[in-house]
Amino acid sequence: MIALAAVLGVPLAAAFLLSFIAGYRLSARINGLASFVSFAGSLLFLVHRPAPGALFLVDDLNIVFIVLNCFVGFTTSLFSAGYIGHELESGKLTPASLRFYYAMYQLMLFCMSLALIAANIGLMWVAVELATLSTVMMVGIYRTHEAIEAAWKYFILGSVGIALALFGTILVYLAAHPVIGEGAQGMLWTALLAHAWKFDPALLDTAFVFLLLGYGTKIGLVPMHAWLPDAHAEGPTPISAVLSGLLLNVALYALLRFKILLAACPGAIAPGPLMIALGLASTLLAALMLYRRRDIKRLFAYSSIEQMGIIVFSFGVAGPLGNLAGLLQMTMHSLTKSAIFFSVGHVAQVKGTQRMAEMGGLTESHPLLGWTLVAGVIAIAGLPPFGLFTSEFLVVSSSFSRAPLLTAILVLGLLLSFGALLLRLGKIAFGPVRGETAPVRASSAPIFAHLALVLTAGLWLPPPLVAWFRHAASLLG
Amino acid sequence: MIGPSMIGSVAIEAVQMGFVLLAAPGLVGIVRAVKARLLRREGPPLIQPYRQLARLLGKEVVLAHNASWLFRTAPYLILALTWAAASVVPTFSTHIIFARLGDLIVITALLGAARFLLALAGLDIGTSFGGIGASREVMFASLAEPAMLMIVVTLAIAAGSTQLSSIAAFMLSPALGLRISLAFALIALGIVALAENGRIPFDNPATHLELTMVHEAMVLEYSGRHLAMIELAAALKLLLMISIIVCIFFPFGLGGMGAAGFLTGLASYAAKLGIAAVLLGIFEVSIAKMRIFRVPELLGAGLMLGLLATLLLYVSRSL
Amino acid sequence: MGLGFDIAHMLAGLMVLASLLLLYQDRLTALINVLRLHGLILALAVAWQAHIQSAPELFVSAAIALLVKALVIPGALDRIVERLGIHRSVETVGGIGLTMFAGMALVALSLRVMLPVTAGADPVSRQDIALALSVVLIGLLVMVTRRNALGQVAGFLSLENGIDLAAAGARGMPLVVELSVAFSVLIAFIVIGIFLFRIRERFDTVDLAALEAFRGERR
Repeated sequence: MIALAAVLGVPLAAAFLLSFIAGYRLSARINGLASFVSFAGSLLFLVHRPAPGALFLVDDLNIVFIVLNCFVGFTTSLFSAGYIGHELESGKLTPASLRFYYAMYQLMLFCMSLALIAANIGLMWVAVELATLSTVMMVGIYRTHEAIEAAWKYFILGSVGIALALFGTILVYLAAHPVIGEGAQGMLWTALLAHAWKFDPALLDTAFVFLLLGYGTKIGLVPMHAWLPDAHAEGPTPISAVLSGLLLNVALYALLRFKILLAACPGAIAPGPLMIALGLASTLLAALMLYRRRDIKRLFAYSSIEQMGIIVFSFGVAGPLGNLAGLLQMTMHSLTKSAIFFSVGHVAQVKGTQRMAEMGGLTESHPLLGWTLVAGVIAIAGLPPFGLFTSEFLVVSSSFSRAPLLTAILVLGLLLSFGALLLRLGKIAFGPVRGETAPVRASSAPIFAHLALVLTAGLWLPPPLVAWFRHAASLLG
Repeated sequence: MIGPSMIGSVAIEAVQMGFVLLAAPGLVGIVRAVKARLLRREGPPLIQPYRQLARLLGKEVVLAHNASWLFRTAPYLILALTWAAASVVPTFSTHIIFARLGDLIVITALLGAARFLLALAGLDIGTSFGGIGASREVMFASLAEPAMLMIVVTLAIAAGSTQLSSIAAFMLSPALGLRISLAFALIALGIVALAENGRIPFDNPATHLELTMVHEAMVLEYSGRHLAMIELAAALKLLLMISIIVCIFFPFGLGGMGAAGFLTGLASYAAKLGIAAVLLGIFEVSIAKMRIFRVPELLGAGLMLGLLATLLLYVSRSL
Repeated sequence: MGLGFDIAHMLAGLMVLASLLLLYQDRLTALINVLRLHGLILALAVAWQAHIQSAPELFVSAAIALLVKALVIPGALDRIVERLGIHRSVETVGGIGLTMFAGMALVALSLRVMLPVTAGADPVSRQDIALALSVVLIGLLVMVTRRNALGQVAGFLSLENGIDLAAAGARGMPLVVELSVAFSVLIAFIVIGIFLFRIRERFDTVDLAALEAFRGERR
């Protein structure tokens, strides 16, 4: 109960409170405090889970993501404190939009936690929609031409995706209706799972297609990905971190819930081929697009698309190992990508630009920033000993036994992105110093925390985590 | 089904033929009177169209010197074709002798032939007005006819026959219920009817401005009894389209047997004609005429509606 | 209750008709008027569903739909058009004929897909869901074929109306979803309004072609 209040109630209250507070330092502190309280509350879930109710549900699938959500929310709030201060000073943000920013930040965290904890598929949908809306408003906060274009595109594409996802949800309810009857029971996830084997397979299939298209837009799968690079590049960096690290995961989590339903219904077609196709397309396209990027945030946005493609591919191939690999990759990617965005944010602030041609020799001019960026990029490129290597290795090895040709294509995509990222890294981090060299007040604690976690995970995974993921993987079919 | 004797149905048919011929100018008169009243004018008296026909019949025919036999015979043929079409539609009774000929496709063909002759007559003299009118008329027809056919297909799928009496019987049957496809077909038929008769928004029947004439342009060279016949044919066409709509979609009071049934049918038919005329008048006053290049859009919309209606019926019989 | 079903299907069909009408408009004021009609028909359809399902909560939903989608939002859009002085005609991508034909094809597609698939579901809901899907798809088509931001918003709102119709048709769906759908439409609308102001402010136009210049990395 306390944990629920902390994870859900605190961000909501903080959002309300922060919309009134004008002082920058105070709001930054309240933001950080509220995020910390949610994080602490989520840790309570690890110890004691509430019984599955009509509204909330904590099980093996979402426990890790809830904790991860609150953790990344907390570290991002620490990062954002310093970052926003700098933005205020440089005049890119006005004090009026500051209240808006912090209120929306907490609202967004609330919505994402709600989406993860919701036991009712309708409630989950509502939370994802509200999270989308709050991030849309934040992407456009700088009010430049590019920011508005990015926000408008995100809004339109995101809303269409959400609408399709709602249609899929309605179809799931329609499939459940003859079996479970009317009312809220027909949307309760536990009830749905218990009766899934009696559902009409054709209807469930159609529902899943809509859900895949709808939530897939929010995940950033090709060809619905058009909003992602612009939204990442034009919004404030904390938002890029949250988008990549959290919102993509939440959307994928929603999709996974429905995949479990589909797996529990024997007559339904395997969603595998569709997910494999979308995943591969995303990986390849994003890997190719990495080569010509000139903006650093856009580069890592495409990297997010690529990683999501790998994850969806892995879930498409399925099987216990494949699903486990996907879940692991989701966690690792979230931590790594947000760490990268933290350092990229500071780099962009220091250099005063996001164009990579104007940055160089970071390890010389700003050693701390430079080397953390190097570590982050090595992590995201999938090199050992970081956790992403473990998960990617699992993906490749588990899918190789099932679909060798497709895995070969995936590995091609991985290699392409590997090359692109390291090439870029070389130019930015090493070589002659380019751009401004003023020192920066970087909050390095969040970056270190994330990278340390990813490094540890590469070497040792806590057994309860593996157990939870194994169980979820078995449900995913 | 036991019907009246052959003589009875011939008699009813004769009554129908006479009634439609006499009622058609009256219909036009009612529409004009309603429009005038709504525009806060006195307007002509209701029998003005009859007076106009009488006046034209008494006048001399003035022919252009290069008018061919087609020009001279077209009015007779047009009147005959339109009158024939109006005679086979079951208006107040389904026991007319030509009931089996009362088929939607037959009617479409008859009207098409009449239109063809009118267009040719418009082209015959070689004036530019006639050419404009004919080309526009045929353009409207090229879209209105497919729309009409889609409506016919819809009704045929729904009722199982293209015969108007069977369709009317189907519409009267209790198993019908409310159907979207039929609603769409009604709207589409309304659009087609307006287009075929050259009413607003397709064509202004009261204008003589060259840029806005369609029907008037084709008949500009006619005079005397020829013009009277063409005007009567136009009025008959209006009555015909209204009768079709009424027979298909509002067949209440139709088809009773015996004297009482016959009289009820006649009275209800007259009432429906009156109501339709008033509604048409109100509609024409409240909407503006469309520019010519926008007419294909509206007719296309009518075609699409017909297509949609067919689609809905094709997919599920109960839609 | 054959008549009840028929009226429900009739109202759903009228919504499809209104969507096709939306596809056909090329002037802003007419577009907004058709949106009003769309919202009105939606309210009627939901109210009728409330009647035949004996679900009084749906009456609330119908009232919300009437108020928000038929009155408030089109009224606010009208005011936006006035105050921003937006150019009154909406450029379309592709000709009217082709778009209408595409709209018909989408109706055919959605009927063809949804009717067999829902064979095992509640018979009333089946056809309503199929028609609702057509409304959604046509709304999507409207969004795709309009180059004016307001036109895209109109398409999006008709898409949401279609989803509302589907939700109302699904018998017994809890109020939670309906209220939230209405609620998030409101929020979405506030966002739209803010954006349109910002777009106008920044670009002096609401034509999205102007936005295209700032897409991606063209600078």
